[in-house]
Amino acid sequence: MTIMNMVQALNSAMDVMLARDSSVVVLGEDVGYFGGVFRVTDALQKKYGAHRVLDTPIAEGGIVGAAIGMGVNGLRPVAEIQFADYIYPAYDQIVSELARLRYRSAAAFTAPLTIRTPCGGGIRGGQTHSQSPEGVFAHVSGIKTVMPSNPYDAKGLLIAAIEDDDPVIFFEPKRLYNGPFDGDPERPAQAWTNHPMAEVPEGYYRLEIGKAAVARAGGAVTMVTYGTMVHVCIAAAEAEGIDAEVIDIRSMMPLDIDTIAQSVEKTGRCLIAHEATRFAGFGAELSASIQEHCFWSLEAPIARVAGWDTPYPHAFEWHYFPGKQRVRRSLRQLMQIEG
Amino acid sequence: MSEPKLHVPAVPARPGETPDFSYVNLAPAGAVMKPDPRVPVAETVALAESLIRVLDEQGKACGPWNPKLSPDRLIVGLREMLLTRVFDDRMQRTQRQGRITFYIRSYGEEAVSVAAAAALARSDMLFPSYRNQGLFIARGVSLVELMCQLLSNTRDMCKGRQLPVMYHAAEENIFSLSGNLATQFPQAVGWSMAAAIKGESRIAAAWIGEGSTAAADFHHALTFAKVYKAPVILNVVNNQWAISTFQGYAGGEQRSFAARGPGVGIAGLRVDGNDYLAVYAATQWAAERARCGEGATLIELVTYRAGAHSTSDDPTRYRPREEFAEWPLGDPAERLKQHLIQLGAWSESQHAALLAELEETVATAWKQAMAYGTLSEGPKLDPKLMFSDVYKNMPEHLRLQCEQMEREA
Ligand SMILES: Cc1ncc(C[n+]2csc(CCOP(=O)(O)OP(=O)(O)O)c2C)c(N)n1
Repeated sequence: MTIMNMVQALNSAMDVMLARDSSVVVLGEDVGYFGGVFRVTDALQKKYGAHRVLDTPIAEGGIVGAAIGMGVNGLRPVAEIQFADYIYPAYDQIVSELARLRYRSAAAFTAPLTIRTPCGGGIRGGQTHSQSPEGVFAHVSGIKTVMPSNPYDAKGLLIAAIEDDDPVIFFEPKRLYNGPFDGDPERPAQAWTNHPMAEVPEGYYRLEIGKAAVARAGGAVTMVTYGTMVHVCIAAAEAEGIDAEVIDIRSMMPLDIDTIAQSVEKTGRCLIAHEATRFAGFGAELSASIQEHCFWSLEAPIARVAGWDTPYPHAFEWHYFPGKQRVRRSLRQLMQIEG
Repeated sequence: MSEPKLHVPAVPARPGETPDFSYVNLAPAGAVMKPDPRVPVAETVALAESLIRVLDEQGKACGPWNPKLSPDRLIVGLREMLLTRVFDDRMQRTQRQGRITFYIRSYGEEAVSVAAAAALARSDMLFPSYRNQGLFIARGVSLVELMCQLLSNTRDMCKGRQLPVMYHAAEENIFSLSGNLATQFPQAVGWSMAAAIKGESRIAAAWIGEGSTAAADFHHALTFAKVYKAPVILNVVNNQWAISTFQGYAGGEQRSFAARGPGVGIAGLRVDGNDYLAVYAATQWAAERARCGEGATLIELVTYRAGAHSTSDDPTRYRPREEFAEWPLGDPAERLKQHLIQLGAWSESQHAALLAELEETVATAWKQAMAYGTLSEGPKLDPKLMFSDVYKNMPEHLRLQCEQMEREA
C-alpha cells in the first residue's frame, strides 16, 4: 500500500494496464510528452513509448472516432478528453457510434473504449472548465458511466473500465484530484494524505463497475450521491449531527439500486445530491428509481440538491456549487417532515 | 521493403536541447509576388506555401506587398502592439498576486491582431480567439472595461459569468469569445453569408490557433466559405505551439496551413505574422477580395507563442527556454520599431518615453478598474445575475431557484 492522491492513483491504473496488456494504448491532447494538463498520464509515454501513449491533434471527435477504429482493430484505447466541457465535439461519435456499434452489428464489431475526462467545478474554471455532463451520457444506452470519489476507487474502477468490453465514460471530479473537498471554499485545501481511501495498492486490482459503496454508515436518512458531493454530503451530515448513511453510487450505469434501496428501506428518508444541473439531471433517474423501489418505505418526499439550472458562472461559483450549507439546509428540512 | 509504421511528429527540440527552427520555410522580404486580389484560387497556390514578408533584416520595407503606410499610421500600430504587451504583462502579474483567477498573454504575436484590425473597416465583424486581445485594444475598447471583465467585478461586461479574457465588444463589432476551440470559425463564415444575403459590403474575419485547425469546425468553415464564396477572412495563427504539442500535431509538417485554402478551393496566403506591414497588406488584399465577391481567404500567420500558454501552464516542461531568442522571425514590436527608426520617424528615446507612458496608462486604468471591486474585495456583483440571460424571459423554475438562493444567502 502507498498513499496516493487521485492523480497518482489514476496514473498507476494506466501504468499497470499498459504493462499487463500490450493492446492498451493511451491517447489524448497533451497526454504524451507533457503527461496531461492535470499530469494524470505523467511519465507514461517515457515508459511505454510514443506508439502506445499518443499526443493527438486537438479534435475530440477525431480522438473518439480514431479510438473506436483502434478498438475495432484489437486495441484497448484509453482516450482522454482534456475537460468534460470539451467532450461535445465527440458527441456524435460517442452517441451514434460507440454506444451502438455492438447493437447495430449484432456484436460483429465492438470497441472496448475507456474515455477519461475531468469534470466538475470548484476550481474557478468558469463555464468551460466546470461542467458535470454525466447525466447526458447516462441517458445513452450502450455506454457505462463511472465517477469515483477517492483514489482507491479511482484506480480499481479505472482498471475495471479498461478491462470492460463495453465502452465506459470515466468522469474524474477534478476538484478531488489533490484532496477531498467538503464544499467549503474558505477552508484551506486538504490533501489526501490522511484519508483512508488514499491507501492504494501499487499493483493490479479491480473493483466491480456497478457496485455502490456505503461511504458513511447511518440509520436516520440515506444520502445518495457521487463524485465531489460524497465528501460534501458526509461533511453536511456530520455538521448537522444527523446519523446519515451516505451512498456513493460510483457508477450511474450500471446503477446499484439494490444497495440504495436497502438503505432507503432502512432509513425511510432520502436526499439525492449532485453537482450537475438539476433539471433532467441524473438525480431525476435516481429519484424515480428509488420511488419505484421504496415507495412504501418512504416517510417523506425525496429531496434533491443540485447545481442551479444555469451555465456554471465564474464569479458566483460558490453561490452556484451545491455546498455544505445547501445540503445541510435540505437535510434539516427533510428530517423535520413528520413521517 | 519497409512496413507501414506509425509516424510520430518529431518535435524539433525539447527542454535541454538546442532550439531548431530549420523546419520553418522562410523567404526573403519582398520576394513574393502580389497578384490582383481577384485572381483565381489556383494562382494563390504558391503564395500559400511561400512566406509574404515586407520588413527585411535591416528593417527596410521591400517588395510588392509593402502597403506604404504613413509613419504616423505605423506609430499608431507600434503603440497598439506595445499597449497590448504592457497590458498583458501587468495582467499576468495581477494574476500572480491572486487578483484575477486566470490570464492569457499574446506576447510575441501582437502584430497578428493589431495590424489586421488596422487593415479592416470598423464595420467588419471580428471573431477572435482568446489570444486576440490586440483586436479589442486596436478597436479602442477601454482598458478599464477589459480589466473589469478580468476581475469579474461590478462593471464586468459578462456580468461575472465568464472566465477572464472571454471578452466581447458588440459596439466595436467584436464577437463574444468562447472557451471551446474553433467554434467561431464557421460562425464567422455564417455571419459573412448573412451580410451577402442582405447585400451589405461588410465582411467578417476570424482567428484560431494552428492547433485548433484539427477541430471539425475549422473544416466546416472552409467548406462553407468555399461553397458560398463567403466574404470572410479566415486567419490561422501558427504560433508553433498548442499548449505542449507543436504544430506538427495539427498537420503542419512539410505542409503549410495556408495551403489548405487552395486545397479546399479558397485563396491562401502564408504571411510573416511578426511583420506588421505584411500582416496589414495580406489582410487588406483578402478584404478587397472578399468585398469584390471573390470569396474567402485563408491566411496563415507564422509567429511564435513567446510566453506560456496561459497562467496555468509552464512551458519549460516541454520546450527549450531559449526558443524565442532563436525564433527566425524575431519580435514584431522590435521589428516595427527598427523600421520606424530606419525611416527616421522614431528614436530610442521616443520609444522609451512611449513605454513609460503606456505603463502609466495601464496602471491608471488598473486603479480605476479595481475601484469597481474584485472577486474578494470591494463591491460585488449581485449573485442573482447568475439566473438572468439563461433565457430571454426567466422560466418559472429558475425564478424559484433564484428565490431559494436569496432566501438561503
Ligand atoms: C474543444 C476544445 N478542446 C480542448 C480545449 C483545451 N485547450 C485550450 S487551448 C488549447 C490549445 C490550443 O492551441 P492553438 O489552437 O494552437 O492556439 P494557441 O493557444 O497556441 O493560441 C487546448 C487544447 C478547448 N479549449 N476546447
